[in-house]
Amino acid sequence: MAALMWMLGSVIVAFIPLLFLIGYVVNKGYAVIVRNFPHFWNDALPTVTTEAGGGMRPAIMGTLLMTGTAAAMAIPLGIMAAIYLNEYGKNQRLARALRFFALVMSGVPSIVMGLFIFTIYTVNSGFSGFGGAMALGCLMLPLVIRTSEEMLKLVPNELRQASLALGCPQWRTVLTVILPAAAPGVISGAMLAVARAAGETAPLLFTIGLVYRTNFDLFNGPNTALPSQIYANATAGPFPAPQERAWGAALTLILIVMLFSIAGRIVAARFSKIRQS
Amino acid sequence: MQSIPEVRQLTGNGTRNWGDRAFRSVALACGLAVFVILGLIAFTSTNKAWPAFSHEGLGFVTTNRWVPNENHFGALALIYGTAMSAVLALLLSVPVSFGIALFVTEFASPKVAKLVTSLIDLLAAVPSVVYGLWATLALAPNVQGLYKALHSATASIPVLNSLFGGQSQGYSLMTASIVLAIMITPIITSLSREALATVPESDKAGALALGATQWEAIRVAVFPKARGGLTAAVLLGLGRAMGETIAVAMVIGSSAQITLHIFSPAATMAGTVASQWGEASGIHQAALVGLGVVLFIFTIAINSSARFIVARSDRKLAS
Repeated sequence: MAALMWMLGSVIVAFIPLLFLIGYVVNKGYAVIVRNFPHFWNDALPTVTTEAGGGMRPAIMGTLLMTGTAAAMAIPLGIMAAIYLNEYGKNQRLARALRFFALVMSGVPSIVMGLFIFTIYTVNSGFSGFGGAMALGCLMLPLVIRTSEEMLKLVPNELRQASLALGCPQWRTVLTVILPAAAPGVISGAMLAVARAAGETAPLLFTIGLVYRTNFDLFNGPNTALPSQIYANATAGPFPAPQERAWGAALTLILIVMLFSIAGRIVAARFSKIRQS
Repeated sequence: MQSIPEVRQLTGNGTRNWGDRAFRSVALACGLAVFVILGLIAFTSTNKAWPAFSHEGLGFVTTNRWVPNENHFGALALIYGTAMSAVLALLLSVPVSFGIALFVTEFASPKVAKLVTSLIDLLAAVPSVVYGLWATLALAPNVQGLYKALHSATASIPVLNSLFGGQSQGYSLMTASIVLAIMITPIITSLSREALATVPESDKAGALALGATQWEAIRVAVFPKARGGLTAAVLLGLGRAMGETIAVAMVIGSSAQITLHIFSPAATMAGTVASQWGEASGIHQAALVGLGVVLFIFTIAINSSARFIVARSDRKLAS
Protein backbone atom coordinates (compact mmCIF):
# COMPACT_ATOMS: atom_id res chain seq x y z
CA MET A 1 0.00 0.00 0.00
CA ALA A 2 2.79 2.39 0.98
CA ALA A 3 4.67 1.49 -2.17
CA LEU A 4 1.66 2.15 -4.34
CA MET A 5 1.01 5.53 -2.73
CA TRP A 6 4.62 6.54 -3.26
CA MET A 7 4.45 5.58 -6.94
CA LEU A 8 1.14 7.28 -7.65
CA GLY A 9 2.18 10.33 -5.62
CA SER A 10 5.37 10.65 -7.64
CA VAL A 11 3.52 10.54 -10.93
CA ILE A 12 1.10 13.22 -9.75
CA VAL A 13 3.87 15.43 -8.32
CA ALA A 14 5.73 15.27 -11.65
CA PHE A 15 2.65 16.17 -13.67
CA ILE A 16 1.80 19.32 -11.70
CA PRO A 17 4.73 21.44 -13.01
CA LEU A 18 4.23 20.02 -16.50
CA LEU A 19 0.62 21.20 -16.51
CA PHE A 20 1.48 24.62 -15.09
CA LEU A 21 4.38 25.15 -17.47
CA ILE A 22 2.59 24.07 -20.65
CA GLY A 23 -0.54 25.93 -19.56
CA TYR A 24 1.33 29.18 -18.96
CA VAL A 25 3.38 29.08 -22.15
CA VAL A 26 0.46 28.10 -24.40
CA ASN A 27 -1.96 30.55 -22.80
CA LYS A 28 0.32 33.61 -22.73
CA GLY A 29 2.19 32.83 -25.95
CA TYR A 30 -0.96 32.11 -27.96
CA ALA A 31 -2.49 35.46 -26.98
CA VAL A 32 0.63 37.35 -28.08
CA ILE A 33 1.07 35.52 -31.37
CA VAL A 34 -2.61 35.75 -32.35
CA ARG A 35 -2.96 39.43 -31.41
CA ASN A 36 -0.01 40.36 -33.63
CA PHE A 37 -0.53 37.79 -36.36
CA PRO A 38 1.35 37.48 -38.66
CA HIS A 39 3.65 40.34 -37.61
CA PHE A 40 4.98 38.46 -34.60
CA TRP A 41 6.52 35.84 -36.86
CA ASN A 42 7.26 38.09 -39.80
CA ASP A 43 8.68 41.41 -38.55
CA ALA A 44 12.19 42.41 -37.57
CA LEU A 45 13.05 42.79 -33.88
CA PRO A 46 12.50 46.19 -32.21
CA THR A 47 15.75 48.02 -31.49
CA VAL A 48 14.51 49.10 -28.07
CA THR A 49 13.57 46.04 -26.03
CA THR A 50 11.21 47.84 -23.68
CA GLU A 51 9.01 49.12 -26.52
CA ALA A 52 6.07 47.17 -27.89
CA GLY A 53 5.86 45.90 -31.45
CA GLY A 54 8.24 44.12 -33.76
CA GLY A 55 8.50 40.41 -34.42
CA MET A 56 10.69 37.36 -34.12
CA ARG A 57 11.54 36.71 -37.77
CA PRO A 58 15.32 37.23 -37.36
CA ALA A 59 15.31 34.89 -34.37
CA ILE A 60 13.21 32.22 -36.12
CA MET A 61 15.47 32.35 -39.19
CA GLY A 62 18.57 32.32 -37.01
CA THR A 63 17.36 29.28 -35.08
CA LEU A 64 16.50 27.37 -38.27
CA LEU A 65 19.75 28.31 -40.06
CA MET A 66 22.04 27.58 -37.13
CA THR A 67 20.41 24.31 -36.08
CA GLY A 68 20.31 23.24 -39.73
CA THR A 69 24.01 23.94 -40.17
CA ALA A 70 24.81 22.23 -36.89
CA ALA A 71 22.83 19.19 -38.02
CA ALA A 72 24.59 19.13 -41.40
CA MET A 73 27.93 18.95 -39.58
CA ALA A 74 27.14 16.73 -36.61
CA ILE A 75 24.79 14.11 -38.10
CA PRO A 76 27.11 12.73 -40.84
CA LEU A 77 30.06 12.85 -38.44
CA GLY A 78 28.07 11.09 -35.73
CA ILE A 79 26.70 8.40 -38.04
CA MET A 80 30.18 7.66 -39.43
CA ALA A 81 31.54 7.43 -35.89
CA ALA A 82 28.73 5.02 -35.00
CA ILE A 83 29.56 2.96 -38.10
CA TYR A 84 33.16 2.74 -36.92
CA LEU A 85 32.07 1.65 -33.44
CA ASN A 86 29.55 -0.97 -34.52
CA GLU A 87 30.96 -2.29 -37.81
CA TYR A 88 34.74 -2.01 -37.37
CA GLY A 89 35.86 -1.21 -33.84
CA LYS A 90 33.39 -3.47 -31.99
CA ASN A 91 35.07 -4.55 -28.77
CA GLN A 92 38.60 -3.36 -29.45
CA ARG A 93 40.14 -1.18 -26.79
CA LEU A 94 40.03 1.99 -28.93
CA ALA A 95 36.35 1.50 -29.70
CA ARG A 96 35.52 0.90 -26.03
CA ALA A 97 37.35 4.09 -25.07
CA LEU A 98 35.56 6.04 -27.81
CA ARG A 99 32.19 4.76 -26.66
CA PHE A 100 33.01 5.76 -23.08
CA PHE A 101 34.13 9.25 -24.03
CA ALA A 102 31.13 9.81 -26.30
CA LEU A 103 28.94 9.10 -23.27
CA VAL A 104 31.04 11.39 -21.10
CA MET A 105 30.90 14.10 -23.77
CA SER A 106 27.10 13.99 -23.75
CA GLY A 107 27.32 15.06 -20.10
CA VAL A 108 29.53 18.09 -20.74
CA PRO A 109 27.43 21.20 -19.98
CA SER A 110 26.35 23.20 -22.99
CA ILE A 111 27.90 26.36 -21.55
CA VAL A 112 31.33 24.70 -21.70
CA MET A 113 30.80 23.99 -25.41
CA GLY A 114 29.95 27.66 -25.92
CA LEU A 115 33.08 28.84 -24.10
CA PHE A 116 35.12 26.35 -26.13
CA ILE A 117 33.90 27.68 -29.50
CA PHE A 118 34.42 31.20 -28.19
CA THR A 119 38.08 30.50 -27.41
CA ILE A 120 38.89 28.72 -30.67
CA TYR A 121 36.70 30.63 -33.15
CA THR A 122 34.79 33.68 -31.96
CA VAL A 123 37.85 35.34 -30.42
CA ASN A 124 39.44 35.53 -33.89
CA SER A 125 36.49 35.69 -36.26
CA GLY A 126 33.99 37.72 -34.27
CA PHE A 127 30.33 36.95 -33.57
CA SER A 128 28.69 34.86 -36.26
CA GLY A 129 25.97 32.32 -36.82
CA PHE A 130 28.57 29.74 -37.77
CA GLY A 131 30.14 29.93 -34.32
CA GLY A 132 26.73 29.19 -32.82
CA ALA A 133 26.22 26.33 -35.25
CA MET A 134 29.56 24.78 -34.26
CA ALA A 135 28.69 25.00 -30.57
CA LEU A 136 25.31 23.37 -31.20
CA GLY A 137 27.00 20.73 -33.38
CA CYS A 138 29.37 19.82 -30.52
CA LEU A 139 26.29 19.25 -28.35
CA MET A 140 24.55 17.10 -30.94
CA LEU A 141 27.52 14.91 -31.85
CA PRO A 142 27.59 12.54 -28.84
CA LEU A 143 23.79 12.16 -28.91
CA VAL A 144 23.87 11.21 -32.61
CA ILE A 145 26.71 8.73 -32.05
CA ARG A 146 24.89 7.00 -29.22
CA THR A 147 21.46 6.65 -30.86
CA SER A 148 22.96 5.67 -34.23
CA GLU A 149 25.08 2.94 -32.68
CA GLU A 150 22.07 1.56 -30.82
CA MET A 151 20.18 1.40 -34.11
CA LEU A 152 23.05 -0.20 -36.07
CA LYS A 153 23.27 -2.83 -33.33
CA LEU A 154 19.65 -3.81 -34.02
CA VAL A 155 20.34 -4.64 -37.69
CA PRO A 156 20.39 -8.47 -37.86
CA ASN A 157 23.76 -10.02 -38.63
CA GLU A 158 22.20 -12.17 -41.37
CA LEU A 159 21.85 -9.05 -43.53
CA ARG A 160 25.59 -8.37 -43.27
CA GLN A 161 26.45 -12.00 -44.02
CA ALA A 162 24.07 -12.19 -46.98
CA SER A 163 25.49 -9.04 -48.54
CA LEU A 164 29.10 -10.10 -48.02
CA ALA A 165 28.35 -13.58 -49.34
CA LEU A 166 27.15 -11.98 -52.57
CA GLY A 167 30.62 -10.48 -52.94
CA CYS A 168 29.75 -6.97 -51.85
CA PRO A 169 32.68 -5.20 -50.15
CA GLN A 170 32.10 -4.17 -46.57
CA TRP A 171 31.88 -0.43 -47.25
CA ARG A 172 29.12 -0.98 -49.80
CA THR A 173 27.40 -3.37 -47.43
CA VAL A 174 27.38 -0.65 -44.80
CA LEU A 175 26.14 2.09 -47.13
CA THR A 176 23.58 0.13 -49.17
CA VAL A 177 22.35 -2.55 -46.77
CA ILE A 178 23.01 -1.74 -43.14
CA LEU A 179 22.41 2.03 -43.10
CA PRO A 180 19.09 1.82 -44.99
CA ALA A 181 17.96 -0.93 -42.62
CA ALA A 182 18.80 1.23 -39.61
CA ALA A 183 17.62 4.50 -41.19
CA PRO A 184 14.29 4.97 -39.36
CA GLY A 185 15.86 4.78 -35.92
CA VAL A 186 18.95 6.74 -36.93
CA ILE A 187 16.83 9.56 -38.34
CA SER A 188 14.47 9.83 -35.40
CA GLY A 189 17.44 9.77 -33.03
CA ALA A 190 19.15 12.51 -35.01
CA MET A 191 15.96 14.57 -34.99
CA LEU A 192 15.79 14.33 -31.20
CA ALA A 193 19.34 15.68 -31.05
CA VAL A 194 18.34 18.52 -33.40
CA ALA A 195 15.32 19.34 -31.25
CA ARG A 196 17.51 19.39 -28.15
CA ALA A 197 20.05 21.71 -29.78
CA ALA A 198 17.37 24.08 -31.10
CA GLY A 199 16.36 24.92 -27.53
CA GLU A 200 19.86 25.64 -26.22
CA THR A 201 20.75 29.16 -25.12
CA ALA A 202 24.04 28.89 -23.26
CA PRO A 203 26.25 27.91 -26.25
CA LEU A 204 24.92 30.91 -28.19
CA LEU A 205 25.66 33.48 -25.46
CA PHE A 206 29.34 33.60 -26.34
CA THR A 207 29.25 32.99 -30.07
CA ILE A 208 26.51 34.79 -32.00
CA GLY A 209 26.10 38.28 -30.54
CA LEU A 210 22.88 40.14 -31.27
CA VAL A 211 21.16 41.54 -34.36
CA TYR A 212 17.76 43.09 -35.08
CA ARG A 213 17.35 42.09 -38.72
CA THR A 214 17.52 38.70 -40.35
CA ASN A 215 21.12 37.78 -41.17
CA PHE A 216 21.27 35.02 -43.77
CA ASP A 217 25.06 35.16 -43.88
CA LEU A 218 26.24 32.69 -41.27
CA PHE A 219 29.90 33.62 -41.63
CA ASN A 220 29.71 37.39 -41.43
CA GLY A 221 28.18 39.51 -38.74
CA PRO A 222 26.25 38.64 -35.59
CA ASN A 223 23.08 36.58 -35.57
CA THR A 224 20.25 35.84 -33.16
CA ALA A 225 18.03 32.93 -32.19
CA LEU A 226 14.76 32.27 -30.38
CA PRO A 227 16.34 31.04 -27.11
CA SER A 228 18.61 34.10 -27.02
CA GLN A 229 15.61 36.37 -27.55
CA ILE A 230 13.61 34.66 -24.80
CA TYR A 231 16.55 35.13 -22.43
CA ALA A 232 17.14 38.77 -23.41
CA ASN A 233 13.45 39.73 -23.19
CA ALA A 234 12.71 37.83 -19.99
CA THR A 235 15.63 39.53 -18.21
CA ALA A 236 14.87 43.00 -19.60
CA GLY A 237 13.07 44.07 -16.43
CA PRO A 238 9.48 44.54 -15.28
CA PHE A 239 8.04 45.82 -18.57
CA PRO A 240 5.01 44.23 -20.22
CA ALA A 241 6.30 44.48 -23.81
CA PRO A 242 9.46 42.36 -23.49
CA GLN A 243 7.69 39.90 -21.19
CA GLU A 244 4.94 39.37 -23.76
CA ARG A 245 7.54 39.01 -26.48
CA ALA A 246 9.32 36.35 -24.39
CA TRP A 247 6.12 34.31 -23.96
CA GLY A 248 5.38 34.50 -27.69
CA ALA A 249 8.94 33.47 -28.55
CA ALA A 250 8.74 30.61 -26.04
CA LEU A 251 5.63 29.18 -27.66
CA THR A 252 7.20 29.61 -31.10
CA LEU A 253 10.33 27.77 -29.94
CA ILE A 254 8.32 24.92 -28.44
CA LEU A 255 6.37 24.61 -31.69
CA ILE A 256 9.62 24.42 -33.69
CA VAL A 257 11.09 21.83 -31.32
CA MET A 258 7.90 19.77 -31.60
CA LEU A 259 7.96 20.11 -35.38
CA PHE A 260 11.45 18.62 -35.46
CA SER A 261 10.44 15.66 -33.31
CA ILE A 262 7.26 15.02 -35.31
CA ALA A 263 9.16 15.33 -38.60
CA GLY A 264 11.62 12.73 -37.29
CA ARG A 265 8.78 10.35 -36.50
CA ILE A 266 7.09 10.82 -39.88
CA VAL A 267 10.32 10.23 -41.80
CA ALA A 268 10.99 7.17 -39.67
CA ALA A 269 7.50 5.78 -40.34
CA ARG A 270 7.90 6.44 -44.07
CA PHE A 271 11.18 4.56 -44.16
CA SER A 272 9.84 1.52 -42.36
CA LYS A 273 6.88 1.41 -44.77
CA ILE A 274 9.23 1.40 -47.76
CA ARG A 275 11.15 -1.42 -46.16
CA GLN A 276 8.07 -3.52 -45.64
CA SER A 277 6.74 -3.17 -49.19
CA MET B 1 24.36 -26.30 -33.91
CA GLN B 2 26.41 -25.25 -36.86
CA SER B 3 28.42 -22.12 -36.14
CA ILE B 4 27.88 -19.08 -38.33
CA PRO B 5 31.07 -17.34 -39.48
CA GLU B 6 31.69 -13.90 -38.02
CA VAL B 7 31.52 -10.92 -40.35
CA ARG B 8 35.19 -10.30 -39.71
CA GLN B 9 36.15 -13.78 -40.94
CA LEU B 10 34.22 -13.23 -44.15
CA THR B 11 35.90 -9.93 -44.91
CA GLY B 12 39.42 -10.70 -43.78
CA ASN B 13 39.19 -7.96 -41.15
CA GLY B 14 38.06 -5.32 -43.61
CA THR B 15 41.44 -4.91 -45.28
CA ARG B 16 40.56 -6.71 -48.50
CA ASN B 17 40.55 -3.76 -50.87
CA TRP B 18 41.33 -0.06 -50.92
CA GLY B 19 37.64 0.90 -50.74
CA ASP B 20 37.25 -0.84 -47.43
CA ARG B 21 40.45 0.57 -46.05
CA ALA B 22 39.51 4.12 -47.07
CA PHE B 23 35.98 3.83 -45.66
CA ARG B 24 37.26 2.37 -42.42
CA SER B 25 39.76 5.21 -42.03
CA VAL B 26 37.11 7.87 -42.64
CA ALA B 27 34.81 6.25 -40.08
CA LEU B 28 37.66 6.03 -37.58
CA ALA B 29 38.56 9.69 -38.17
CA CYS B 30 34.95 10.69 -37.43
CA GLY B 31 35.04 8.68 -34.23
CA LEU B 32 38.30 10.29 -33.18
CA ALA B 33 36.58 13.69 -33.47
CA VAL B 34 35.19 13.00 -29.99
CA PHE B 35 38.70 12.74 -28.55
CA VAL B 36 39.85 15.77 -30.50
CA ILE B 37 36.97 17.94 -29.27
CA LEU B 38 37.30 16.87 -25.63
CA GLY B 39 41.08 17.37 -25.76
CA LEU B 40 40.73 20.78 -27.38
CA ILE B 41 38.13 21.86 -24.81
CA ALA B 42 40.52 20.98 -21.99
CA PHE B 43 43.53 22.59 -23.65
CA THR B 44 42.19 25.80 -25.20
CA SER B 45 39.91 26.69 -22.29
CA THR B 46 42.66 26.20 -19.73
CA ASN B 47 44.96 28.24 -21.92
CA LYS B 48 42.43 31.06 -22.19
CA ALA B 49 41.76 31.01 -18.46
CA TRP B 50 45.46 30.93 -17.53
CA PRO B 51 45.80 34.64 -16.68
CA ALA B 52 43.12 34.25 -14.01
CA PHE B 53 44.51 30.94 -12.72
CA SER B 54 48.03 32.33 -12.39
CA HIS B 55 46.71 35.55 -10.85
CA GLU B 56 44.79 33.70 -8.12
CA GLY B 57 46.70 30.42 -7.86
CA LEU B 58 44.87 27.82 -5.82
CA GLY B 59 42.88 30.69 -4.35
CA PHE B 60 40.69 30.47 -7.44
CA VAL B 61 38.91 27.51 -5.88
CA THR B 62 39.68 27.96 -2.17
CA THR B 63 38.84 31.60 -1.46
CA ASN B 64 35.46 33.13 -1.52
CA ARG B 65 35.77 36.75 -2.67
CA TRP B 66 34.43 37.14 -6.20
CA VAL B 67 34.71 40.89 -6.87
CA PRO B 68 35.53 41.47 -10.57
CA ASN B 69 36.21 45.23 -10.37
CA GLU B 70 38.77 44.69 -7.60
CA ASN B 71 40.33 41.78 -9.53
CA HIS B 72 39.37 39.23 -6.88
CA PHE B 73 38.36 35.91 -8.35
CA GLY B 74 37.77 33.36 -5.59
CA ALA B 75 35.12 30.95 -6.78
CA LEU B 76 34.45 29.03 -3.56
CA ALA B 77 31.03 30.63 -3.02
CA LEU B 78 30.11 29.83 -6.62
CA ILE B 79 31.25 26.22 -6.22
CA TYR B 80 29.21 26.06 -3.02
CA GLY B 81 26.15 27.49 -4.80
CA THR B 82 26.56 25.00 -7.63
CA ALA B 83 26.86 22.02 -5.28
CA MET B 84 24.10 23.21 -2.95
CA SER B 85 21.54 23.90 -5.68
CA ALA B 86 22.32 20.58 -7.38
CA VAL B 87 22.08 18.58 -4.14
CA LEU B 88 18.81 20.27 -3.15
CA ALA B 89 17.47 19.52 -6.62
CA LEU B 90 18.45 15.86 -6.19
CA LEU B 91 16.71 15.69 -2.81
CA LEU B 92 13.53 16.93 -4.46
CA SER B 93 13.84 14.94 -7.66
CA VAL B 94 15.23 11.51 -6.74
CA PRO B 95 12.27 10.24 -4.65
CA VAL B 96 9.84 11.34 -7.34
CA SER B 97 11.95 9.92 -10.19
CA PHE B 98 12.41 6.55 -8.48
CA GLY B 99 8.69 6.49 -7.70
CA ILE B 100 7.77 7.06 -11.34
CA ALA B 101 10.33 4.51 -12.53
CA LEU B 102 8.93 1.91 -10.12
CA PHE B 103 5.38 2.75 -11.16
CA VAL B 104 6.27 2.27 -14.82
CA THR B 105 8.30 -0.94 -14.44
CA GLU B 106 6.54 -2.72 -11.57
CA PHE B 107 2.98 -1.59 -11.50
CA ALA B 108 1.41 0.09 -14.52
CA SER B 109 -0.03 -1.78 -17.50
CA PRO B 110 2.05 -1.38 -20.68
CA LYS B 111 -0.40 1.19 -22.06
CA VAL B 112 -0.39 3.38 -18.96
CA ALA B 113 3.39 2.98 -18.65
CA LYS B 114 3.85 4.22 -22.21
CA LEU B 115 1.60 7.23 -21.60
CA VAL B 116 3.38 8.21 -18.37
CA THR B 117 6.79 7.76 -19.99
CA SER B 118 6.00 9.96 -22.95
CA LEU B 119 4.50 12.67 -20.73
CA ILE B 120 7.63 12.69 -18.56
CA ASP B 121 9.77 12.81 -21.72
CA LEU B 122 7.79 15.90 -22.67
CA LEU B 123 9.38 17.62 -19.66
CA ALA B 124 12.78 16.86 -21.18
CA ALA B 125 11.78 18.39 -24.52
CA VAL B 126 11.07 21.82 -22.98
CA PRO B 127 14.09 24.09 -23.60
CA SER B 128 15.85 25.28 -20.46
CA VAL B 129 15.30 28.95 -21.28
CA VAL B 130 11.55 28.30 -21.30
CA TYR B 131 11.87 26.85 -17.79
CA GLY B 132 13.78 30.00 -16.90
CA LEU B 133 11.08 32.24 -18.33
CA TRP B 134 8.31 30.39 -16.52
CA ALA B 135 10.27 30.37 -13.26
CA THR B 136 11.11 34.09 -13.42
CA LEU B 137 7.68 35.39 -14.31
CA ALA B 138 5.33 32.77 -12.85
CA LEU B 139 7.02 30.63 -10.19
CA ALA B 140 9.36 32.98 -8.28
CA PRO B 141 6.79 35.73 -7.55
CA ASN B 142 4.27 33.13 -6.32
CA VAL B 143 6.48 31.07 -4.00
CA GLN B 144 7.74 34.09 -2.09
CA GLY B 145 4.65 34.11 0.12
CA LEU B 146 5.13 30.42 0.91
CA TYR B 147 8.80 31.01 1.80
CA LYS B 148 7.85 33.89 4.11
CA ALA B 149 5.21 31.78 5.82
CA LEU B 150 7.66 28.90 6.36
CA HIS B 151 10.25 31.38 7.60
CA SER B 152 8.01 32.83 10.30
CA ALA B 153 6.48 29.45 11.23
CA THR B 154 9.90 27.96 11.96
CA ALA B 155 11.50 31.03 13.59
CA SER B 156 11.82 29.26 16.97
CA ILE B 157 12.74 25.73 15.81
CA PRO B 158 16.52 25.21 16.13
CA VAL B 159 17.73 23.70 12.85
CA LEU B 160 14.92 24.85 10.63
CA ASN B 161 15.25 28.49 11.64
CA SER B 162 18.73 28.67 10.14
CA LEU B 163 17.73 26.66 7.07
CA PHE B 164 14.68 28.81 6.43
CA GLY B 165 16.24 31.97 7.91
CA GLY B 166 17.70 35.07 6.29
CA GLN B 167 15.80 36.97 3.66
CA SER B 168 12.94 35.06 2.09
CA GLN B 169 13.08 35.82 -1.59
CA GLY B 170 11.41 34.37 -4.64
CA TYR B 171 14.71 34.61 -6.51
CA SER B 172 16.70 32.23 -4.35
CA LEU B 173 18.59 28.96 -4.03
CA MET B 174 15.34 27.09 -3.35
CA THR B 175 13.56 28.36 -6.47
CA ALA B 176 16.59 27.45 -8.59
CA SER B 177 16.59 23.97 -7.05
CA ILE B 178 12.88 23.49 -7.73
CA VAL B 179 13.42 24.35 -11.40
CA LEU B 180 16.50 22.12 -11.57
CA ALA B 181 14.55 19.29 -9.95
CA ILE B 182 11.85 19.52 -12.63
CA MET B 183 14.50 19.60 -15.36
CA ILE B 184 16.48 16.56 -14.16
CA THR B 185 13.46 14.39 -13.31
CA PRO B 186 13.09 13.03 -16.87
CA ILE B 187 16.72 11.90 -17.15
CA ILE B 188 16.84 10.31 -13.69
CA THR B 189 13.49 8.63 -14.36
CA SER B 190 14.51 7.14 -17.68
CA LEU B 191 17.91 5.94 -16.45
CA SER B 192 16.51 4.37 -13.29
CA ARG B 193 13.74 2.78 -15.36
CA GLU B 194 16.43 1.10 -17.44
CA ALA B 195 18.21 -0.03 -14.28
CA LEU B 196 15.01 -1.46 -12.75
CA ALA B 197 14.13 -3.24 -15.99
CA THR B 198 17.32 -5.32 -15.73
CA VAL B 199 16.19 -6.97 -12.48
CA PRO B 200 15.04 -10.50 -13.34
CA GLU B 201 11.33 -11.20 -12.84
CA SER B 202 12.21 -14.39 -10.90
CA ASP B 203 13.93 -12.40 -8.14
CA LYS B 204 10.75 -10.47 -7.41
CA ALA B 205 8.57 -13.57 -7.74
CA GLY B 206 10.82 -15.35 -5.26
CA ALA B 207 10.50 -12.58 -2.70
CA LEU B 208 6.72 -12.41 -3.15
CA ALA B 209 6.45 -16.21 -2.84
CA LEU B 210 8.26 -16.02 0.49
CA GLY B 211 5.45 -13.81 1.74
CA ALA B 212 6.99 -10.40 1.18
CA THR B 213 4.65 -7.51 0.50
CA GLN B 214 5.17 -5.59 -2.71
CA TRP B 215 7.08 -2.91 -0.78
CA GLU B 216 9.35 -5.49 0.85
CA ALA B 217 9.93 -7.23 -2.48
CA ILE B 218 11.02 -3.92 -3.98
CA ARG B 219 13.30 -3.26 -1.01
CA VAL B 220 15.00 -6.64 -0.73
CA ALA B 221 14.92 -7.92 -4.32
CA VAL B 222 14.68 -4.99 -6.72
CA PHE B 223 16.73 -2.16 -5.20
CA PRO B 224 19.88 -4.16 -4.31
CA LYS B 225 20.06 -5.69 -7.80
CA ALA B 226 19.60 -2.30 -9.48
CA ARG B 227 21.85 -0.38 -7.10
CA GLY B 228 24.60 0.32 -9.66
CA GLY B 229 22.20 1.63 -12.27
CA LEU B 230 20.28 3.73 -9.77
CA THR B 231 23.47 5.29 -8.39
CA ALA B 232 24.55 6.16 -11.91
CA ALA B 233 21.15 7.70 -12.63
CA VAL B 234 21.51 9.95 -9.59
CA LEU B 235 25.09 10.91 -10.50
CA LEU B 236 24.13 11.77 -14.08
CA GLY B 237 21.26 13.87 -12.75
CA LEU B 238 23.76 15.63 -10.49
CA GLY B 239 26.05 16.34 -13.44
CA ARG B 240 23.16 17.72 -15.45
CA ALA B 241 22.03 19.94 -12.55
CA MET B 242 25.52 21.34 -12.00
CA GLY B 243 25.94 22.30 -15.64
CA GLU B 244 22.52 23.87 -16.10
CA THR B 245 23.00 27.54 -16.89
CA ILE B 246 20.21 29.72 -18.16
CA ALA B 247 17.28 28.67 -16.01
CA VAL B 248 19.44 28.92 -12.88
CA ALA B 249 20.95 32.27 -13.84
CA MET B 250 17.44 33.68 -14.20
CA VAL B 251 16.07 32.71 -10.77
CA ILE B 252 18.90 32.18 -8.28
CA GLY B 253 19.30 35.89 -7.48
CA SER B 254 23.00 36.02 -8.47
CA SER B 255 24.63 36.78 -5.15
CA ALA B 256 27.93 35.02 -4.51
CA GLN B 257 27.64 34.04 -0.85
CA ILE B 258 28.02 30.91 1.24
CA THR B 259 24.81 30.61 3.15
CA LEU B 260 22.74 27.94 4.87
CA HIS B 261 19.57 29.91 4.19
CA ILE B 262 17.91 28.14 1.28
CA PHE B 263 15.42 30.96 0.70
CA SER B 264 18.26 33.45 0.17
CA PRO B 265 19.88 34.31 -3.15
CA ALA B 266 23.09 32.53 -4.17
CA ALA B 267 25.10 32.04 -7.38
CA THR B 268 26.39 29.07 -9.37
CA MET B 269 29.44 28.80 -11.62
CA ALA B 270 27.48 28.35 -14.84
CA GLY B 271 24.96 31.03 -13.91
CA THR B 272 27.72 33.52 -13.11
CA VAL B 273 29.41 32.95 -16.46
CA ALA B 274 26.12 33.63 -18.23
CA SER B 275 25.14 36.72 -16.26
CA GLN B 276 28.58 38.41 -16.10
CA TRP B 277 29.81 37.58 -19.61
CA GLY B 278 28.32 40.67 -21.25
CA GLU B 279 30.35 43.14 -19.22
CA ALA B 280 33.51 41.05 -18.84
CA SER B 281 36.84 41.63 -20.51
CA GLY B 282 40.51 40.95 -19.82
CA ILE B 283 41.21 38.99 -16.67
CA HIS B 284 37.53 38.95 -15.69
CA GLN B 285 36.74 37.14 -18.94
CA ALA B 286 39.63 34.76 -18.30
CA ALA B 287 38.20 34.07 -14.84
CA LEU B 288 34.78 33.28 -16.30
CA VAL B 289 36.39 30.84 -18.77
CA GLY B 290 38.19 29.45 -15.72
CA LEU B 291 34.81 28.76 -14.11
CA GLY B 292 33.97 26.83 -17.27
CA VAL B 293 37.17 24.79 -16.85
CA VAL B 294 36.33 23.95 -13.22
CA LEU B 295 32.81 22.99 -14.27
CA PHE B 296 34.21 20.85 -17.10
CA ILE B 297 36.48 18.98 -14.67
CA PHE B 298 33.62 18.44 -12.19
CA THR B 299 31.16 17.15 -14.77
CA ILE B 300 33.75 14.93 -16.48
CA ALA B 301 34.62 13.39 -13.11
CA ILE B 302 30.97 12.82 -12.19
CA ASN B 303 30.03 11.44 -15.59
CA SER B 304 33.03 9.13 -15.81
CA SER B 305 32.33 7.65 -12.39
CA ALA B 306 28.67 7.16 -13.29
CA ARG B 307 29.54 5.37 -16.54
CA PHE B 308 32.16 3.35 -14.71
CA ILE B 309 29.60 2.20 -12.14
CA VAL B 310 27.18 1.20 -14.92
CA ALA B 311 29.88 -0.74 -16.76
CA ARG B 312 30.86 -2.57 -13.58
CA SER B 313 27.30 -3.52 -12.63
CA ASP B 314 26.62 -4.65 -16.22
CA ARG B 315 29.61 -6.98 -15.98
CA LYS B 316 28.35 -8.28 -12.64
CA LEU B 317 24.89 -8.97 -14.06
CA ALA B 318 26.38 -10.67 -17.11
CA SER B 319 28.54 -13.07 -15.10
